Amino acid sequence: MAEQEYEIDLGNLMAFDRHHHFPSLPFSREELVKACLEKGTKLVQAVADALFNLPSIDDPDGPIVTLPQPTTRLPREKPLPKKKPPTKWELFAQKKGIVQRKKDKVVFDEQTGTWKRRHGYDRVNDDNDVPIIEAKASDEPGVDPFAKRREEKKQKVEKQEKHRLQNLKQAAKVGALPRFLLVTIFSCIVLLHIQLAATALPITGTQAAPRKASKNELENVAGMAATSTASGGKFDKKLAGEKPPKHEVKYRKFLPVVEGSGMGSLEKQQTDKVLSKLISKHSHEILNVEKAVNMYNVKKDKKRSNQQFRKSSSTSGKSSSKLKPKNNKPFKKTFKKGSSNKGKSK
Amino acid sequence: MKEELFVVYSTIKVLRIMLQIKTPKTGRSRREVQKRAPKLVESGKKTLILHGTKTSDVLNVILSDIYHLKKGESIKYSRKNDSIRPFESGGETSLEFFSLKTDCSLFVFGSHSKKRPNNLVIGRTYDHHIYDLVELGVENFKSMESFSYGRKLAPQIGSKPLFAFIGEGFESVEELKHLKEVLLDLFRGEVVLNLNIAGVDRVYVCTALSSNKVLFTHCALRLKKSGTVVPRMELVEVGPSMDLLVRRHRLPDESLRKESMKKAHELTKKKEKNVSRDSIQGKIGKIYMPDQQVGEKVLPNKAKGVKRERREAKMKGEAKKQKQDS
Repeated sequence: MAEQEYEIDLGNLMAFDRHHHFPSLPFSREELVKACLEKGTKLVQAVADALFNLPSIDDPDGPIVTLPQPTTRLPREKPLPKKKPPTKWELFAQKKGIVQRKKDKVVFDEQTGTWKRRHGYDRVNDDNDVPIIEAKASDEPGVDPFAKRREEKKQKVEKQEKHRLQNLKQAAKVGALPRFLLVTIFSCIVLLHIQLAATALPITGTQAAPRKASKNELENVAGMAATSTASGGKFDKKLAGEKPPKHEVKYRKFLPVVEGSGMGSLEKQQTDKVLSKLISKHSHEILNVEKAVNMYNVKKDKKRSNQQFRKSSSTSGKSSSKLKPKNNKPFKKTFKKGSSNKGKSK
Repeated sequence: MKEELFVVYSTIKVLRIMLQIKTPKTGRSRREVQKRAPKLVESGKKTLILHGTKTSDVLNVILSDIYHLKKGESIKYSRKNDSIRPFESGGETSLEFFSLKTDCSLFVFGSHSKKRPNNLVIGRTYDHHIYDLVELGVENFKSMESFSYGRKLAPQIGSKPLFAFIGEGFESVEELKHLKEVLLDLFRGEVVLNLNIAGVDRVYVCTALSSNKVLFTHCALRLKKSGTVVPRMELVEVGPSMDLLVRRHRLPDESLRKESMKKAHELTKKKEKNVSRDSIQGKIGKIYMPDQQVGEKVLPNKAKGVKRERREAKMKGEAKKQKQDS
């Protein structure tokens, strides 16, 4: 109101009055709306002033004006396109200096003396139309030359298709292919688990190319899948190449109901163990200070790098933390002396 | 399960997952793929309008009004979607899938509950993942039908709208700043280079009433004759008018924001160096010559043809020849 400067973005046809504030809100809604429209009219007039003063070209429909680029930056909807890497032929052509020339759709056929099309029905040098193939000295007697020609043509087409797919794969590796052209061949549930469990999907636009799951990741997930049955995968039939599970299937060890002869009082041992852990009775002889310090440092570094990673990924990726395989606990060997795999609950 | 495990083990042996690339076989599908591929200069974001489990009457009218405002570049889903909760971490997968399927990068999700009546969530996606969200409550809604005006004033579908943002709240309050950006993105339509200025006929007026309330209204423009080239503008309320209450919002991740705001390298204009214009001489540029160091270079004495001995020997040889011939 005091300052008449409105921020005008002509590319978006927008006017912004940043100095306006309502000293007191009008009581009735109609008055409020009227006041807003009044102010709006002023702003629109300012935009129109700038707009109609631009150099215009006359057109039967009306004056056409070239708008400048918008000044307010809005985000893109898709990442910037990546350039496709040059194919093998393109590299070769570049090196040799081969220039692509446009070919005509019709070609003069010497044989018939007419203009025939290059591709399609009744084309110029049709392979199937030759009536006689002269035998060469190198030809074997029993071979059908027409069939041989057809075979060669088929092989050429297959070779071309193979090269085309190879070029596409190269482009996909770089990330230049649009997303939905890639389809994983094993579209079963296990792969989905692998994708979810083994790759904490960061939501950044450019790194959308699916990562190759490493051997370790696949083994981990296969182990998880195998033990996810009700009996912990104990009674499943094992396949030819399967290795025994890396850790014990059972996580809890229950004491026998009746103590047999020859066994010490296991219950007493168990409670003693818990007690000694609580009061850290033998801590001075169990604790390996160096190792403890190293482990602490490693944990801290991991946590820091994890936090940075999580910060960089979108906030909506909270689900990723749930689906990450908790590798640390089951496979880590404890440094405490004389402890077995007792009751490590996940 | 076992077959799948077998597959997994065989892949462990082969040590890679095979990717099959499906390329479009027909020209039509090829053109569709081209349309959806990322482009250097983007324009025309499509909007997806959908609603959740429960909607109110008001909300239904709002969603259909928005659809009509953006006819031609929006898609309206009519079924209810139970599993969509935009602000929860797991509830966005459906939205992202729909965004991928319909190639829409903006969405308007309406829902109604006791805690959040007449709730509207406007969100944007980047690469079909949620980029940012803003949740609005709608109050004092007046639909397009309730306004009466002359038929000739009605804005055309697809015309480029003007925007008027009033209020210092749009600059000082973070939520309103975000809302301003989202509203601009939602309603601006295609970015055009050439505009027929006789065809501007609508304006969206947004006034910041307080730190979380915005009065949003859509008006038609009447261009009246004035003495100058610039016509006098008159605003006539035509479209939906509502009070937007900002409830929640989620700003984009910083790195994601940086990536989405990247400009293509090819589009940045290269500054022409060493060229200047003079009114007398026209276009001039300077030629820079390296210092040739004339006179400082040491010439070798090795000039072959200049060697005296050789020269003399040659002359002697010639003289001998002449004697022999004669």
